[in-house]
Amino acid sequence: MDWLAIFNLALGELISPLTAAYILCAIGLAVHFGFTGLMNFGQAAFAAVGAYGLAIGVLTLGLPTWAAVIFGIFCAVVFALVLGIPTLRLRADYLAIVTIAAAEIFRYLMLTSGFSGVTGGSAGLSAFNEEFRALNPFPDGEYGFGPFTFREEELWMRIVGWLAVVLAALFVMFVMRSPWGRVLRGIREDEDAVRSLGKNVFAYKLQALIIGGVIAAVGGMIFVLNLSNVQPASWGTNFTFMIWTVLLLGGAATILGPIVGGMLFFLLLTLTQSIIGGLVDIGVINFLSPPQVGQVRFLIIGLVLMLLVIFRPQGIFGNKKEMQFNG
Amino acid sequence: MANNISVGAAAPGCKKVDPILVADNVTRQFGGLTAVDVAHLEIPRGQITALIGPNGAGKTTLFNLLTGFDKPNTGTWIYDGKNLAGVSSYKVARLGMVRTFQLTKALSLLTVIDNMRLGAQNQPGENFLRSFLKPLWIKYENQITAKADDLLKRFKLDAKREDYAAALSGGQRKLLEMARALMSDPKLVMLDEPMAGVNPALTQSLLEHIKDLKKNGTTVLFVEHDMHMVRHISDWVVVMAEGKIVAEGPPAIVMKDQAVIDAYLGAHADTDLGTVAIKTVKEKK
Repeated sequence: MDWLAIFNLALGELISPLTAAYILCAIGLAVHFGFTGLMNFGQAAFAAVGAYGLAIGVLTLGLPTWAAVIFGIFCAVVFALVLGIPTLRLRADYLAIVTIAAAEIFRYLMLTSGFSGVTGGSAGLSAFNEEFRALNPFPDGEYGFGPFTFREEELWMRIVGWLAVVLAALFVMFVMRSPWGRVLRGIREDEDAVRSLGKNVFAYKLQALIIGGVIAAVGGMIFVLNLSNVQPASWGTNFTFMIWTVLLLGGAATILGPIVGGMLFFLLLTLTQSIIGGLVDIGVINFLSPPQVGQVRFLIIGLVLMLLVIFRPQGIFGNKKEMQFNG
Repeated sequence: MANNISVGAAAPGCKKVDPILVADNVTRQFGGLTAVDVAHLEIPRGQITALIGPNGAGKTTLFNLLTGFDKPNTGTWIYDGKNLAGVSSYKVARLGMVRTFQLTKALSLLTVIDNMRLGAQNQPGENFLRSFLKPLWIKYENQITAKADDLLKRFKLDAKREDYAAALSGGQRKLLEMARALMSDPKLVMLDEPMAGVNPALTQSLLEHIKDLKKNGTTVLFVEHDMHMVRHISDWVVVMAEGKIVAEGPPAIVMKDQAVIDAYLGAHADTDLGTVAIKTVKEKK
């Protein structure tokens, strides 16, 4: 096995745009779950709404990229309102059921051939990122060193993706330290108590849903700008559960948690894939076929998620006292 | 018998000289059960009123209805000249009618001081758009922090300032919940079993705090099973049973009403059960 290649690949994943996209979705989920206590199991839908908003904005509405980004954010706000107004009066566990259903409904709507003129149906949409690539200020060439060597468009994509991560993290850190964030954390603990202190709990929950949703929508945009296409298959429930793993790995009620959690998650994902795949190739592991390696990897992730929730619910950075699943 | 709180003689649903809360025809049914059926009730302003009655009498349900945490089947109630029927709970609290809960709702994973700060009203930084502009709210934040520290000192919780509320004992959480309710300078404080589960050493200080509230002009309405507390600090007692108001009056008189004692407090309410048992044994000898 070529260990150098394996580590180079894994280190490259640390700052890949895909990692940035997942981290953004996890920061959004931290606002929902970590700070406000909203059990949102439909985060994939917010990312998908942002991604489709961007693509449809460019392709169907003919907007310039910056306006399509704003259109995508607007779509995420509308989605949060449609999802939140009827459901935020529900208890946390009911919200979990409703959000997972809403995410699947949205995915099937994008998949159906009835709207394929706009959504592209099962084939999805592509060729919406040409203007984005044209905006690249870096001249042709290779940049960086070692595992962090990128061509100019790879560098551009990474800079945009990680700039979005930094801005989102600073934004969330800023608002969570304000009295507004204090009300959200109070709602996470006991919404009736906060209501008895004269706060409009419903309005706060709706604001939190919108803000976390918009951050996830930006994550979805980074995701599809990197892939150059939007496909309904990307936004299944496994997308949501990967975001949950990233969040819980780092710590739900923290700012650094989703960032380091996301980096570690993709580092481990790539390492296990390469190492198990390598061992299968050279015949050390002879009970797995190469296509099974990808599945074993997710099996391990599932196991890690279970162990995390049981033994370290606060994540890597969290304060155990502040994040416990039994309250 | 004459008193200075009611107009004329004390009787269930009697008029008060200066009521802060007037409820009419408030009913709440759970399926076939009528939990609350209050024809008329007035709560005297500036006094400490105890709401007593056996388990299942509808005391907590009445609290929930009056504070907007539950919706009645019928009824209206007027608080300080404003009709509150159908007003949501957070607006009720903003009007100065703040409650606590039977099962204490301390915000466990917030620090004690953050719990207190949440109790303040009108913090401009609690608005999302203004939360970005620290200069808009930092001055008020310092004011409410000073006020919170002052209240924590009065409630002897200042040593716990930076601890999570989860780290407090049950009695301290009751104190914290009461102190937090006072952050908004309420006009009417509604305490649902403030003494339940409180260590006897803390009881005396809790009683003093409630008396202090009255001194500062706050009206107090509380639900309690502890007769010692009812007798010592309340100015007026309302007795509920099966959802209805069955008796009202100054504590000394209501407590002596044999019918109330027997029916709603139990025949031995006045005696320590230990003594009763000993007497019975002696008599048998």
